[in-house]
Amino acid sequence: MAIVLDNITYTYGVGTPFEKTALHGVSLTVENGEFLGIIGHTGSGKSTFVQHLNGLLHPTTGTVTVNGVDISASTEEAKKMRHKVGMVFQYPEHQLFEETIAEDIAFGPKNLGLSADEVDERVREAMKFVGLDYDTYAERSPFHLSGGQMRRVAIAGVVAMDPDFLVLDEPSAGLDPFGREEIFEEIIRLHKEKGITVILVSHNMEDISRMASRLVVLDKGRIVLDGQPMDIFNNHRDALQAVGVDVPPVSVTMEYLREQGLDVSNRVLSVDDAVQAILEGGSHVK
Amino acid sequence: MNEKDIMIEVNHMSHIYSDENGNDVHALNDVSLSIKRGEFVCIIGTNGSGKSTLAKHFNVLLQPSEGYINVCGYDTRDEEHIWDIRQHVGMVFQNPDNQIVAAVVEEDVAFGPENLGIPSAEIRKRVDAALEAVNMTEYREHGPHLLSGGQKQRIAIAGVLAMKPDCIVLDEPTAMLDPKGRREVLETVHKLNKDEGITIVYITHFMEEAVTADRVVVMKNGVKLHDGTPREIFSHVDTLKGLGLDVPVASEIAFKLNEKGYEIGKSIINNEELAVGLKHSKLADQLLDNHNVGAKTISSPTNEDVNAARGEGTH
Repeated sequence: MAIVLDNITYTYGVGTPFEKTALHGVSLTVENGEFLGIIGHTGSGKSTFVQHLNGLLHPTTGTVTVNGVDISASTEEAKKMRHKVGMVFQYPEHQLFEETIAEDIAFGPKNLGLSADEVDERVREAMKFVGLDYDTYAERSPFHLSGGQMRRVAIAGVVAMDPDFLVLDEPSAGLDPFGREEIFEEIIRLHKEKGITVILVSHNMEDISRMASRLVVLDKGRIVLDGQPMDIFNNHRDALQAVGVDVPPVSVTMEYLREQGLDVSNRVLSVDDAVQAILEGGSHVK
Repeated sequence: MNEKDIMIEVNHMSHIYSDENGNDVHALNDVSLSIKRGEFVCIIGTNGSGKSTLAKHFNVLLQPSEGYINVCGYDTRDEEHIWDIRQHVGMVFQNPDNQIVAAVVEEDVAFGPENLGIPSAEIRKRVDAALEAVNMTEYREHGPHLLSGGQKQRIAIAGVLAMKPDCIVLDEPTAMLDPKGRREVLETVHKLNKDEGITIVYITHFMEEAVTADRVVVMKNGVKLHDGTPREIFSHVDTLKGLGLDVPVASEIAFKLNEKGYEIGKSIINNEELAVGLKHSKLADQLLDNHNVGAKTISSPTNEDVNAARGEGTH
């Protein structure tokens, strides 16, 4: 099971004066069980890229297959595979629309043609998973919740589709640290407990470095780096800077200390790592 | 302090509304706060802490339920002066796409002054100056929809500037922007504060932005919890973390090392201070006394001397 993008190119407005190629010959395999981070500055092609993962956009040239099925086909099978890729957009709470939380979460599963009992089952399970008590919240309006809770309802709506792959575009934007932590704990649980493959698009390098097992950097519609976050942040700083992407603040701090002649490792992804690196400083041999 | 030096005076102000069950909710609870002319004040707090509600009182989008607030010397309850206050205090919101009304950048910036009935020659002057101040002159004839998020926010700021405000209130202006856009906006706001003396009230979740303010106000559950310089506020790492707020990386590292008994200094808020703190701590010997092959540069000459004396390539 995997999503395979084979040499895809996407051009907006073909044949118009506004014709613009947003992706140039991108090839990438998202392996089952991965936690893939995607970064790139505004206009790098990130959004165009992720919209190919579940067939919201079809490539101008090249193919996208999910579990071996070309998802641009108009077959039942292709449709089924597109449903296997859940998509949580930026500010997903803006897309809530039903009168009650339970109805909002049920919207997707209902469209899958499941029976009422099955839909109810999915809703209960999804709410449990995102930490919203069914009896307390099911009949409430989603619009009276806090920002973080609304976002959890939106994510529950995608989880209720029982996806194999989950694409999240800036899921923590606009949330305070508590809200951010809540959302990420949930995403990590989906990844670990349900084995869902996660594709996380974010500007927040701290979040990416903390969670992603693999990192892809996009620039001008091309993949410019693809590897482990630690390796990319430490060994490709210049390349990152060239494409306008920031390294995590903790990496910046450690690099500054090194420039100041303090012998500390820069192989850190968190504040705790940094404290450890300082305490062990001077003892590591490069 | 002279009364004229005060931009905003909040006096025992509460804002109360009814929830869906008819219960009273205190979005703001007995808040008192005074903001001086020319100050750069950051307001931080978790979602639901009341910081946006507070800010909306500054240009009379909301009225207090209890207490009062004076802005530019006018009591906001005095309806006669609402428009005076709004001319003096401009607002910039989170989503740049919700704040742009025209199809051309300079027309968008001209929208505010046009509504004031200002002569067109004067509007021309104000628009040019405002675009210059946010460094967007070259985009004046562009369509706003083709700009980046950071550029759009700078246009929104220019639109406020064209009203010649004394104070700008920005409610999470960088929340939807990428790192480059965030820097652009923060630099622009600082420039307006420094060069034009405009009072800035800046709401943010980003602590690296808050450390650049003159003063930081911490809100929690509608109450003003702390009010002080960034150094005073961010030295309380455990308190802030307990409130669910971030602290700058350097502060947190220093805090954790202090906790372990390495005296790094209690009020570190940036990387420079962390480096100095480490060099004067018990860890200095260990961290400085090695030939540091991994580092790009070694700035301390004594350190180089030591290494030179020991000979190259000790590892």
